Amino acid sequence: MYQYTEFDRQFVKARASQYRDQLKRWQSGQLSEDDFRPLRLQNGWYVQRYAPMLRVAVPYGELSSAQLRVLAQIAREFDQPNAALFESAQASQDQLGAIPLKNGQSVHSKLSSGYAHFTTRTNVQYNWIPLDKSADVMDLLASVNMHGIQTSGNCIRNITSDERAGIAVDEIADPRPFAEIMRQWSTLHPEFAFLPRKFKIAITGAREDRAATAWHDVGLHLIKNADDQLGFKVMVGGGMGRTPIIASTLREFLPWQQILNYLEAIVRSYNRFGRRDNMYKARIKILVKAEGQAFIDQVEAEFKDILELDGAPHTITQAELDRVSSSFVAPDTGKQRSASAQQPVASGDLEFSRWLQQNVAAHKNSELRIVTLSFKRLGQAPGDATADQLDLAAKLADQFSAGEARVTHDQNLVLPWVHFEQLSELWQVARKAGFARPNIRLLTDMIACPGGDLCSLANARSLPIAQAIMARYQDLDELHDLGEIDLHISGCINSCGHHHSGHIGILGVDKDGKEWYQITLGGSDGSTLSGTPATGKVVGPSFSAAEVPEVIEAVLDTYRAERLAVNGKQETFIATLRRVGAEPFKAAANAVRLAKATTIKAEARLAEQAA
Amino acid sequence: MKLIAAKDYSAGATGLNVIELANDADPRALSLAGIECIVLNFPKFTDGRAFSQAFLLSRRLGFKGEIRATGDVLADQLAQMERSGFTSAVPRADQDLAAAQRVLGSYPGFRVGRYQGDAVQVNPHFAN
Repeated sequence: MYQYTEFDRQFVKARASQYRDQLKRWQSGQLSEDDFRPLRLQNGWYVQRYAPMLRVAVPYGELSSAQLRVLAQIAREFDQPNAALFESAQASQDQLGAIPLKNGQSVHSKLSSGYAHFTTRTNVQYNWIPLDKSADVMDLLASVNMHGIQTSGNCIRNITSDERAGIAVDEIADPRPFAEIMRQWSTLHPEFAFLPRKFKIAITGAREDRAATAWHDVGLHLIKNADDQLGFKVMVGGGMGRTPIIASTLREFLPWQQILNYLEAIVRSYNRFGRRDNMYKARIKILVKAEGQAFIDQVEAEFKDILELDGAPHTITQAELDRVSSSFVAPDTGKQRSASAQQPVASGDLEFSRWLQQNVAAHKNSELRIVTLSFKRLGQAPGDATADQLDLAAKLADQFSAGEARVTHDQNLVLPWVHFEQLSELWQVARKAGFARPNIRLLTDMIACPGGDLCSLANARSLPIAQAIMARYQDLDELHDLGEIDLHISGCINSCGHHHSGHIGILGVDKDGKEWYQITLGGSDGSTLSGTPATGKVVGPSFSAAEVPEVIEAVLDTYRAERLAVNGKQETFIATLRRVGAEPFKAAANAVRLAKATTIKAEARLAEQAA
Repeated sequence: MKLIAAKDYSAGATGLNVIELANDADPRALSLAGIECIVLNFPKFTDGRAFSQAFLLSRRLGFKGEIRATGDVLADQLAQMERSGFTSAVPRADQDLAAAQRVLGSYPGFRVGRYQGDAVQVNPHFAN
């Protein structure tokens, strides 16, 4: 991973001490609440439903074990609300009620503290750190080259990439050096700190799009042209939210040397012409859609001026690419292998073979494997990791993966450098740690935002819905029979849980102060499994929280009834949905609503009669 | 960067040949001959259009006169303004000028950790 230079380290330390100064000025009354807000936001400090929330940047998802240990320390020592605050928050959540399950049990909101949360943009969030401790946390983060710069606000946010960047078998070129060069370029860019709205860039260098690039403000694909030269396909104007839009392609091929110049042209055009009168229409996707070719012409004219009039000072030199690339050479994994104790697994162990199938992927180096540690399990929210779990993950990274881990878009951790001879040992240790659930890419490997338990924007809770579905689908035989499915849950239309791109999407909506959920079908993030990027379609009017788990079950039962075996393999959920169309799924989903309504009416009649 | 106290400031009283530019105007449409000072405006500090205007005036058009920031100008944004090409600023009336000067000098990305080129120092860190 990228090795910080003295220059980089000094910068992060200077940023932490600048934040401490700003916090002091606010605490002493020199800075008003209104003036302090953007400053804390620019360092990742929000104030949420009950407490501040800190978002820590994890550039393109890469973490060292030392960084994981500091994240654990922050969870343990700082993610600790006072008892009164925590109790009153839990009491407020209790009033939202429970979600009844078919088996007679129910799922409640269950707040916890002392943990970190992995986000879909491969960042890490904390929910309970008091603001007066915030400067101490920034110092701790800076001690391992971490910070919260540009994890909030209307600026260029943390740049995301493929979780298999640099190690994927289908890779054309490693995107990480470019992601790092773009990170440096965008960090505290003086001109682009107050854009009309936030700005998200995703980059991949592989044939398969595992970074949902078409859903980003800018999506970049490293490709080679007919002359075998490296460059980028540049897409602009994708995004979720109220108006989901798939990005348009601006350049089929841009030489890699020009990427910063071209980004400058895009972001300057957006800064000047993006809408600022309505925050729901302020993302670049609206500008691209409204202006079409005129926007593309504007970007190209600006790019030409940068090249011809400004002299293109941000043209990336071979020397700079080489300097940054030298940080990303494959580590020597020989030592960890020789220290490894062979612990053979009985052949035919079903759970181990399922783990190999779902959680282990091929690596560019044929002796190595990419292993996903699952953070999707019963009793903990998707993507949550306690302090102890983070320490354990650090230990596994040291023991099996050259001290490196990666946060994934799907809210798990990947170990990128595992030797195939260590797989059985890793599996046994990971299993003990609770990280070896063989459910990667299956239904319970769902994406969920924090929702109405923690977020002040949410209309409805995501986490109890996630838990209800998790509880229903614990049987591994059933889960594996259902196959690979993207289930995405958002607590509001801001779409942090990416419901638009889920094969099954769940969106929390607010009707008369009550929690309701829209179900969408057929969305795609652009991966090979999911197909061409697409927005899921709503099945009908929204459902109550109690109906949602049953609707999901009805939709999945419809899949099982309709699916075909193709070449001896079961057709996937998304393939069946595309082949037969949404109608039978809609009918099954809506039947749940009717059945429920009938039950409620019958119960009311019985109650009336009893009275 | 010259800081001008809001209480002492009136746009026309400097004796310079001044023009004011609305923040949605294209600076490239201006005739700059004889102009000594261009006043740009931040209606709200969150409206960053004037950063791009200053960059275009200073860097693209090579304007050598004064480029002045007015409106919702806060101490913690002065460094970004200077790097974008502003040469003077009138901080909002409630901003303490001495504190603003101190904050300006200690801004990361300004003297420490300036990664990208800007209107003042054209080359990025990697090209130096």
